[in-house]
Amino acid sequence: MKTFPGKALSWRVEDGAIELTLDYPPCNEIGLAMLAELEQFVSALSSLRTEAHALIISSARSEGFCAGGDLRELFRLSQQVTGAKRLSGLRDFIERIHAVMNALDEAPFTTIAAVNGLTFGGGFELALTCDLIIADKMARFCFPELRLGLIPGFGGIPRLKRDLGNGVVRDLVLTGRSINAAKAQTAGIVSQVTAEGDALRVARQTAAQLKKFDRNTALAAKRFIKPIPYDELRREIEIFCELFMRPAVEKGLRKFVESKDALPYLP
Amino acid sequence: MRSICGNIVDMSSLQSTTDEVLRLAAEHFKVPREQLTPDDDFFKKLGINSLQALDLLTRIEHHFHIELPDYELQGVSDFRTLAERIQLRL
Repeated sequence: MKTFPGKALSWRVEDGAIELTLDYPPCNEIGLAMLAELEQFVSALSSLRTEAHALIISSARSEGFCAGGDLRELFRLSQQVTGAKRLSGLRDFIERIHAVMNALDEAPFTTIAAVNGLTFGGGFELALTCDLIIADKMARFCFPELRLGLIPGFGGIPRLKRDLGNGVVRDLVLTGRSINAAKAQTAGIVSQVTAEGDALRVARQTAAQLKKFDRNTALAAKRFIKPIPYDELRREIEIFCELFMRPAVEKGLRKFVESKDALPYLP
Repeated sequence: MRSICGNIVDMSSLQSTTDEVLRLAAEHFKVPREQLTPDDDFFKKLGINSLQALDLLTRIEHHFHIELPDYELQGVSDFRTLAERIQLRL
């Protein structure tokens, strides 16, 4: 499928690059709707391979790239069941997310996240599946999960560890603080910082440059440079599910859901 | 001179930092500068939520060339205290 106009995202092939655009209010939260369409996208990857040499993931939302998991939906669904059913429902969701993230990570071409604004939690994890992150200077990155009694659950820690020194990983995960694009570039997360509102244009220019190279060589380089940390990703699922079942998480999620603020877990 | 969190801060530079913060906030959130005072609650006066406050924080970091972790702003809601936290990082 060359184009796809979905409810949470859309994609099209433009100048040999697939442009996957997230557009789901308020800020592209990853819940069942976004997950279902991401699954549709990754199942189309093998056919898109013949038409494209690069993938750009960006957001149509001015608020940001993606605010992470849909915590309100997660809380609502988890309240409908208890005990073992709650755990199996959560595990099913997390397994599906991991399958999507792994498919994006190993996409058979170079992938670019063009990020703006809020790039938090699951949104940060989505960006980390990409080979390059090009960030608007107003982008902000954060793993706030510890504030809810959780760890990042969509593959964030293993992918961050793959890219960065452990000290930076500890700083981001254990303090839960947010950092701007310039800091993220200094840390080695972001490859280019652009003017405000210019990340997608720069990503398109970068994709045009990638077209000049032999695709098989680029793919061999990517697979050599960026192995997928499967063992750690499996371990992350186990820890996340174990933590999720504690009462402290339910309390944290309830506080989040009952607040009217956009980011109630932040200071 | 004044002590903030155990650090001695020059009052004239704190005044200038406060003015800059008020100017940045007024400009970005399109509020007349003269309507903002250092003791205003910026959430209420600007009508912003925590997402927009983070946007202001990013602009402040760029403007002053500093890194200001959001946990240092826990409980901060007025421009004067915000300027004091910035001043400690300059």
